Amino acid sequence: MKANVWAGRNRLEIQDVPDPQILNARDAIVRVTSTAICGSDLHLVDGYIPTVKKGDVLGHEFMGEVVEVGPGVRNLHVADRVVVPFPIACGACFACQDGLYSVCENSNPNAGMAEKLMGHAPAGIFGYSHMLGGFPGGQAEYVRVPFADVGPIKIEDDLPDEKVLFLSDIFPTGFMGAEMCDIKPGQTIAIWGAGPVGQLAAASAFLLGADRVIVIDRFPYRLRRVQRTGAEVLNYEEVNVLEALRDMTGGRGPDACIDAVGMEAHHPTPAIYAYDRTKQAARMETERPYVLREAIMACRNGGVVSVIGVYGGFVDKFPMGTVMNRSLTIRTGQCHVQRYIEPLLDRIRAGEIDPSFVISHRMPLSEAPRGFELFKHKQDECNKVVLTP
Amino acid sequence: MMTDRFARALGWTSLALGAAHLAAPRAVTRLCGVDDAPGATTVARLVGGRELLHAALLLGAKNPAQWAWSRVAGDTMDLGVLGRAAANRTGARRARALAALGAVAGITALDAVCARRGSAKTKGPLQVRASIIINKPREEVYHFWRDLENLPSFMVHLDSVRTINQRRSRWKVKGPFADLEREAEIIDERAGDLIAWRSVPGTGVSTAGLVSFTDGPGGRGTVVDVSLEYGAPGRKLAAAVARIFGEHPKQQVRDDLRRFKQVMETGEVVRSEGSPEGHRALRQLHQRPAQPIGGRA
Ligand SMILES: [Zn+2]
Ligand SMILES: [Zn+2]
Repeated sequence: MKANVWAGRNRLEIQDVPDPQILNARDAIVRVTSTAICGSDLHLVDGYIPTVKKGDVLGHEFMGEVVEVGPGVRNLHVADRVVVPFPIACGACFACQDGLYSVCENSNPNAGMAEKLMGHAPAGIFGYSHMLGGFPGGQAEYVRVPFADVGPIKIEDDLPDEKVLFLSDIFPTGFMGAEMCDIKPGQTIAIWGAGPVGQLAAASAFLLGADRVIVIDRFPYRLRRVQRTGAEVLNYEEVNVLEALRDMTGGRGPDACIDAVGMEAHHPTPAIYAYDRTKQAARMETERPYVLREAIMACRNGGVVSVIGVYGGFVDKFPMGTVMNRSLTIRTGQCHVQRYIEPLLDRIRAGEIDPSFVISHRMPLSEAPRGFELFKHKQDECNKVVLTP
Repeated sequence: MMTDRFARALGWTSLALGAAHLAAPRAVTRLCGVDDAPGATTVARLVGGRELLHAALLLGAKNPAQWAWSRVAGDTMDLGVLGRAAANRTGARRARALAALGAVAGITALDAVCARRGSAKTKGPLQVRASIIINKPREEVYHFWRDLENLPSFMVHLDSVRTINQRRSRWKVKGPFADLEREAEIIDERAGDLIAWRSVPGTGVSTAGLVSFTDGPGGRGTVVDVSLEYGAPGRKLAAAVARIFGEHPKQQVRDDLRRFKQVMETGEVVRSEGSPEGHRALRQLHQRPAQPIGGRA
C-alpha cells in the first residue's frame, strides 16, 4: 500500500510499504477514506519530537471503513464506518476508567523510553514517534487500530467524512482546550493561534457560553477565518498583545487563556526569537515557549491557562513566579478524545457546529508532501488539508 | 566515599592542569623539554582540552571514581609521548623530559588505584527491585502469577516454565546461541500475599526472588512488588543478558511488570510495528520503523 513516510528532517516521501495485519486479538484493520495533516505533524517533520525514525508512517487524524477485525473485537464489524481517536487507549486501566485516555497506562509499548524522557509514560499515539509507541500512522491506505473495541466510533448516518473526520483530533482538542477553562457566562477567553485547533477552540468556547473570544495570530487570512466563529482578533505583529488584552478587558485580563500554538511559536521581536531559535537549533531546549509565557502574563489573577499546543521537552525561562503569585491554574493534556467523541458527534448531528469550516485544501494522499509544504509555509492561504487515499 | 573524594581531588587536578595547558602552552612544553618540536604548543592545547574533559567527568559524575579510568587512558598517552621525547633528546631537555616522565608515572599510579577502587565498589550481588499497580483484585493477580507456567506470557526472555511439583519448576531461558535451563524452588509462600523462590543449588545460576501482592492505595487495584537478587555467577549471566539484549536487568524487570499489567488488564501484550517483539528501552535505536511489517510477524 501507499503511505506518507518520514524520510528525514523536512523530508517526506510517498512510499510503498507492506499492508498492515492483525497482531493482537483486539486489533482492527481500517481502510482509510479520509485523513488530515495536523499542526502537530509539523513538529515531527521539523525534527523537534525526539525518537522519530526514518521510515515512520505519519498521520494521526483519520477515518475509514473496517476491513478486518481480530477475534477480541465484538462491537465492530467489517464495512462499519469509523472515526479513530488519535490516542490509543485500552479502556481497562486506571487512567482510561478515569477518562484520561491520552495517558492510558497500557497502550505504549515503549513506556520505558518515554519514562526516561518524561518521568512517566503517556499513551501510544498513531504515527507520532517511537517514544509514543512506534505505531504506524493514518496517512496511508490502511491502518492497524489496536484496542479497536475502545476508541473508534461508528458513524451510522450519512454524515459526510468532512463533517466527522475532525472528531479524530482537532475538534475534541479545541473543545477540551475550551472546557479546561471552566467557562462561565460572561467570561472572556483569549486564544493564541488561529490555526484549525485555535479556530475550533474559539467555536467551542462560544458553545460553552463564553461572552467574548479574542484570538491572536499574525496571518490575516487565518484571523479572517476565525472571525467567522464570532471571535475578535489581534495581529501580534501589529499590536502589543499584553497591552491590547489589558485594554480590552478593563485592565483585568482574560478570564482564561488557551495556548493553541505549542513549541514552534514565533515572536515579533527578532532578538527574542533568535535567542530561543538558536538554543532550539543547538538542541539545548526543545521549545520556543513565547506563547506560553505570554498567556501566563496576560491571564487575569486566579485565571486558567489551558495548554493544548504540543510541547516536546524542556522550556527555558518559565515565569513560575507569575503563576504562583497570581494564583493561576495551568491545565494541559493531549486530548482525551475518547471522552469527547460521542457528545461532540451528537452536537454535529444536532447542527450546533460543522467543523468542516476549517478545510481549505483537499488532495489525494499521493500529494501529501505538497500538502505539508503548503500548510507549513502558509502558502495559498492554506488552513487545513484533507487527504484522500 | 573516600574513593569518590579522592576522585574529585583528581578532577580538580585535571582542571588545574587543563587550565595551565590552555593558558600557557609554551611554558608547559618548555617544562617537559619538548619546546623544540614543531606543533608542540598545539599538542599542549589538545592535552589541555582533554584534561578539562576529565575534570568535567570527575567533578560532574555521580560516582566519579569509575571515571578515573579516563585519566589512566590519558596518562598512558602522555607516557608514550614523553618516553619518545626523552629518548630523542640530550642534555637539559632530556633531563626535563625524564623528570616529567617520572611525574606522570606517579600520577598514573594514583589514577589507577582510584579507578580500581571505583570499579571494585560495584561488585557484589546485584539487587533489582520494581513495582507496579494493577487494576484487578489481589486474588486474581496472585493466582495468575502463582501459575508459574503463565510467566513466559509477559517475561520476554523466558521461553517456558514447566512445573514439576507444587514447589519445583524448570525454567527455560532464551539464549543467543543455546537455551539455558535451570530449576527453581519456592521457598516461602503466603497465599494472596507473597511468593519467594530461589534457584536450586547446582543448577547453574544463583538467583533468588520475592514477589509480594498488596492492596493498592485507596483500596484500588493491587500493588505487585518484585525484588530479585543475582548471586556472583548470576550477576555475570545478568550482565551477559544485558549485553545481548541491550538492557539493564532493572529495566528488564520493569518492562516485564508492565507487560504483566497489560496481560492482566487488557488480556494481551501490546505490540506496535516499531517494536513488535516487546519493549526494550535501551534498544530504541534498533527499533524498526513504525510501518507495517511484511509477512506474518
Ligand atoms: Zn493532531
Ligand atoms: Zn488504558
